[in-house]
Amino acid sequence: MNGMAVVIAAALLLGLGGLGVLLWALSSDQYEDLEGDALRILNDDPPPPAS
Amino acid sequence: MAALNLAPADVADDLSRYIHPAVGGERNFEIAVKGAHCAGCIAKIEGGVKGIAGVSAARLNLSTGKLTVAWRDDAVKPQMVLRRVRDLGYEAQPFEAPAVLDAEAHEGRMLLRCLAVSGFATVFIMGLTDAIWYGADLSPALRQSFFWLAAAVSVPVTLYSGQVFYLSAWSVLRQWRTNMDVPISLALLLALGLSLYQTAQRAHDTYFDAAVMLTFLLLVGRYLDFRLRDRARGAARHLLVMQSLLAQRFRPDAKLETVAARELAPGDHIFLATGERLPVNGTLLERNSEADLSLVTGETMPVSLAASATLLAGSIITGAPATILVTARVEDSLVADLARLLEAGQQTRNRYVNLAEKAARAYVPLVTGLALLVFVGWLLAGAGLEHAITSAITVLIITCPCALGLAVPAVQVAATSRLFRKGVFVKSGNALERLAEIDVAVFDKTGTLTLGKPVLENGAEIAPDMLQNAALLARGSRHPLARALAEAAGPGPVATDLRETAGAGLEAAGRRLGNAAWCGIASGNGGSELWFREGNTAPMVFRFHDKIRPETKAVVTSLKNRGIDVEMLTGDRADAAGDIAREAGIALWNAEVGPAAKALHMKSYRAGGRRTLMVGDGLNDTAALALAHVSVAPGTAAEVSQLAADLVIRGDSLEPLIEAIDVSRKAKRLVLQNFAMAALYNLTAIPMAAFGLVSPLVAAVTMAGSSLLVTLNALRLVQS
Repeated sequence: MNGMAVVIAAALLLGLGGLGVLLWALSSDQYEDLEGDALRILNDDPPPPAS
Repeated sequence: MAALNLAPADVADDLSRYIHPAVGGERNFEIAVKGAHCAGCIAKIEGGVKGIAGVSAARLNLSTGKLTVAWRDDAVKPQMVLRRVRDLGYEAQPFEAPAVLDAEAHEGRMLLRCLAVSGFATVFIMGLTDAIWYGADLSPALRQSFFWLAAAVSVPVTLYSGQVFYLSAWSVLRQWRTNMDVPISLALLLALGLSLYQTAQRAHDTYFDAAVMLTFLLLVGRYLDFRLRDRARGAARHLLVMQSLLAQRFRPDAKLETVAARELAPGDHIFLATGERLPVNGTLLERNSEADLSLVTGETMPVSLAASATLLAGSIITGAPATILVTARVEDSLVADLARLLEAGQQTRNRYVNLAEKAARAYVPLVTGLALLVFVGWLLAGAGLEHAITSAITVLIITCPCALGLAVPAVQVAATSRLFRKGVFVKSGNALERLAEIDVAVFDKTGTLTLGKPVLENGAEIAPDMLQNAALLARGSRHPLARALAEAAGPGPVATDLRETAGAGLEAAGRRLGNAAWCGIASGNGGSELWFREGNTAPMVFRFHDKIRPETKAVVTSLKNRGIDVEMLTGDRADAAGDIAREAGIALWNAEVGPAAKALHMKSYRAGGRRTLMVGDGLNDTAALALAHVSVAPGTAAEVSQLAADLVIRGDSLEPLIEAIDVSRKAKRLVLQNFAMAALYNLTAIPMAAFGLVSPLVAAVTMAGSSLLVTLNALRLVQS
């Protein structure tokens, strides 16, 4: 019985966590330019400044 | 006027209203960039703009074509950014977002948020209720607590995520109308209410899982539909933004200032550089020039203009830079007339009732009628009030048009993404439905059946070395005929010390290429030709003509094989039109048809009950494009025409048109199949619900099953 309560609570928290991450991603504009973001990975980052 | 020699950099102008303050004292400037398509473009544009000293950030959104540039330094001027992007080879305009766009972006986010929330709840509740349906050894107390937990999650989720449907249903109900969202809202709210009641009564017919799953599946359909419309609008949005044209106006002190075209008033003097488009109607001042009127008349060859010639909006200056006296405001100019025609076309199109709407109109009264019948039936049969209500509500829940809501968008998304890969851009969902119905295809000639650009005609008569000598000069010019000549000669060097006299021709090292007078001939043969003279030898002529597209004939034959009549309408002369029609295999053609006559032609087809497909590319076709049952524009078409057309073919071939027609017909078949499947599901589920045989498990399985079936059927379009 106790085990059940823990499992259900864990499922609920994990689900809510995932939902929270998605909503955060949405609100921080990460879904604004799917087309461009898919292509951006092809571009090289500028080389790190020489130290 | 000395101002003519001003470089664009010296132009006094004010773009400050496009600059917005941002956090941390930065300033944001948004630019609409056209022509960026790849990773290389992103790197080039962002890198190039960041290269301007003082610019702190630049980010290009490829989906919307919007480049956001930020700087803090006052030394940075918006003109510098615009010029840099233009120098990189892209069209750029300050971005002016109409309020509609913000509303659309908001709608998309809202849908996605609702979808995410209901997706989470669906998975969670399914896990809970599965345990209930299968866990025969659950103690009643544990089952009860499971139900309360399910209620605690699904009630807020369904209320939140379902608001899309409730709001839409409420807005139509207030006008005494109805749509598909009415039975959806009813089913969702009744399912919640009934389940809460059952839980409180310690009974076990709860529909919490059905309510959240319904919400989720319906939102999937809704979101697909939104993405479809959004992508379609993306293209139109681009065109709209690019059309917020700027013009360079002479100030009283003879300096130039950049103003929005809509601020121009009759009497203003504006300056147009070579290659620029005239935003308003006007009169040419001072000297002779040459203009490409292809957007206005459909005529491909540039026309030479004398001073005080009248020019219509949409003309592109190809000759010497010109000063123009504005004679009409933007809203009174030709483009605006076309925009009004466009609007009229859009209105007739909005009256088109698509299949989903037809289904909804029949569905709503049918289902509510049935539920009422079940309620009265059980009462008459002597069952208790509670049983009668429960059965009626079960009917409403089980008939919730979940599969119907997916049937059309799933097919449309599959069809448009397939066409997208083939280079056809579908601008509205029901365009495909309309395309499937056509029985006449009407083509414009220039630029549609033909390539729409001059091609060297008498290349065989000319010695190869003469062609190469002429090409030495031609490669250095942007004049359409010179470019055609350069293309015929192939790649090669450009003459050094080349001088171009606008409206006359080119000169280098004793060689002259240009019009007849430029080469010492009193008068040419008329038509499109270039004359070439080397030293004192006799001048020779290069003649150009517009060539039929290589695939035109095959496309016309394919259309006829599909039972579609083909007609050609052109503003060109009868002899030129006849040649092309014969070559393309089109028996029915009309020449010297103006824009208004083309539009009338479409109307008469409509009145005769025929369903027309109009294919055209010029401004002169715009009205016809808007009035046709469905319309297609090639990717080379004028922006306004692309705006008016339902489908745009990218690339330089007409062939995808056939693919589009085939896909549209197949899509229509699939939609009808999907409707049949959804109806079959209802035919079996309703009697069960009416007689109280549907358990919540059966409801969940049949709903998910029918939605899955409908989606899989739609996906058949993607493969092949």
